[in-house]
Amino acid sequence: MAAEPILQIRHLSKTFGTNPVLRDIDFDVHHGDVISIIGPSGSGKSTLLRCINLLERPTSGSILFRGQDVISLGKDVYSYRAKVGMVFQSFNLFDNLTVLDNCTLGQIRVMHKNRTDAEKDALHFLSRVGMAPYCNAKPRQLSGGQKQRVAIARALALDPEVILFDEPTSALDPEMVSEVLNVMRSLAEDGTTMLVVTHEMLFARSVSTRVIFMNDGIIQEEGSPEKIFTAPDNPATAAFTSSFALQFGN
Amino acid sequence: MEKLSQLIQDVLKLCSTYWPVYLSGMKNTIILALIGTAFGCLIGFVCGILNTLPEDPNDSIWRRGLVKAIKVLVRVYVELFRGTPMVLQAVFIYYALPYFTDGAARFTSVWAASILVVSINTGAYMTESVRGGIISVDPGQAEGALAIGLSHVQAMLYVILPQAIRSILPQIGNNFIINLKDTSVMFMISFTDFFAAHRGVVGATYSYFPSAVIEMAGYLTMTLLSSFLLRKAEKKLEGSSSYELVAADSLTLTSGTYTYPKKEGVFDERSREFPGKE
Repeated sequence: MAAEPILQIRHLSKTFGTNPVLRDIDFDVHHGDVISIIGPSGSGKSTLLRCINLLERPTSGSILFRGQDVISLGKDVYSYRAKVGMVFQSFNLFDNLTVLDNCTLGQIRVMHKNRTDAEKDALHFLSRVGMAPYCNAKPRQLSGGQKQRVAIARALALDPEVILFDEPTSALDPEMVSEVLNVMRSLAEDGTTMLVVTHEMLFARSVSTRVIFMNDGIIQEEGSPEKIFTAPDNPATAAFTSSFALQFGN
Repeated sequence: MEKLSQLIQDVLKLCSTYWPVYLSGMKNTIILALIGTAFGCLIGFVCGILNTLPEDPNDSIWRRGLVKAIKVLVRVYVELFRGTPMVLQAVFIYYALPYFTDGAARFTSVWAASILVVSINTGAYMTESVRGGIISVDPGQAEGALAIGLSHVQAMLYVILPQAIRSILPQIGNNFIINLKDTSVMFMISFTDFFAAHRGVVGATYSYFPSAVIEMAGYLTMTLLSSFLLRKAEKKLEGSSSYELVAADSLTLTSGTYTYPKKEGVFDERSREFPGKE
């Protein structure tokens, strides 16, 4: 009997107006999972992540975090969001705060840690992503890759049970993509539970424990990276992944 | 030319006799404008935050109703005080109290009444400025704040408002300068500001124009000085554009220390190191 999943997504649906973006999404996230969510643009991948940490309200269905339904949470929604880290495509670092303060704000205001401990932990995670020397810099002084690494440290600093990555490298210049992917790869190797929406197929294939292929707001196929990329059951998955075959050289 | 030297003489004469009156009027004007703007900003910030409260369909009906009611109240307040002249507001508020209580309650201090009127008038304008400032901040900032678990008010206080202040600050300065001038209408409720000093002096000397020249010069001095200081403050708030790397960080040193290679033996192109002594 496997341990209780961290997240259970059950029959999750979301419509914007009359436009269904997510339809009956169903999957579990277990401790140590690194799940890549792939699929064409507009297939609902980002909306799914935003529903999971309640930046968007799901239209129907349920999300269980450690067995507890989170959609009807009242004030506890704040501590739930801290437990589910989020890394955005556009970084969303706080422009008015230094790199260090970006990483301590949540610890101090949400987890009620004192400043000394918060700064110590923030520095630990900043050095983890190689950004500790920049702790006094403001976000606007950093490159995209550096910003994203700080954003990862900010999420890590809250000691989350799972981190959601919403296309973390899509807004980066090509030469900066690898520095962010390397950080994510090392997090995955350390057993961090991650849910990654990505267009980096090589990353999805080599780092994930599981891959979810989405299209038209539906999970078309879910399985091991090997299966999804080499022997998918669903023809739609095959059509999508075969377009990346050249990247892998097979 | 003759008239001009005549004017200079008249002005100097007025100044030498009545300078304490003008000066105390100026002092009162500045104090009233400062306090009124400060309280006005406070009102503006509170109303601005209330105005942006999220309306969450998952909240209870009571909470949603409360949020809606607060927003309507703020709206009414802004429209009412933005849409009527301050001179009328002053008279209205000053005389309403004794009227409704048959003289039992009245403003014992003109200062209190004046500060109240200037504050709520400024507050109405500031509410709109704060709202505009909040809207101008990238919505991603608010999402980032919510994603780490901050509440709406926390996100406002620690992330949004510190950034919005950059676009709000010129408005605060604007309001302060407007208040320096517009507090002149407070003579209606016998507040002794700079303009009231003019009325006092003119009543005694009948030298309307020379006193008006002094007033003009006085108001212009106050406003020019203020806008100069405000610009300086804005510059300061921009902050330094440079930063320093923290080289002596203990954590980075342990993770990235590389002992200086002993340059002995043949440099190995593959490992990019010198083999050193065996």
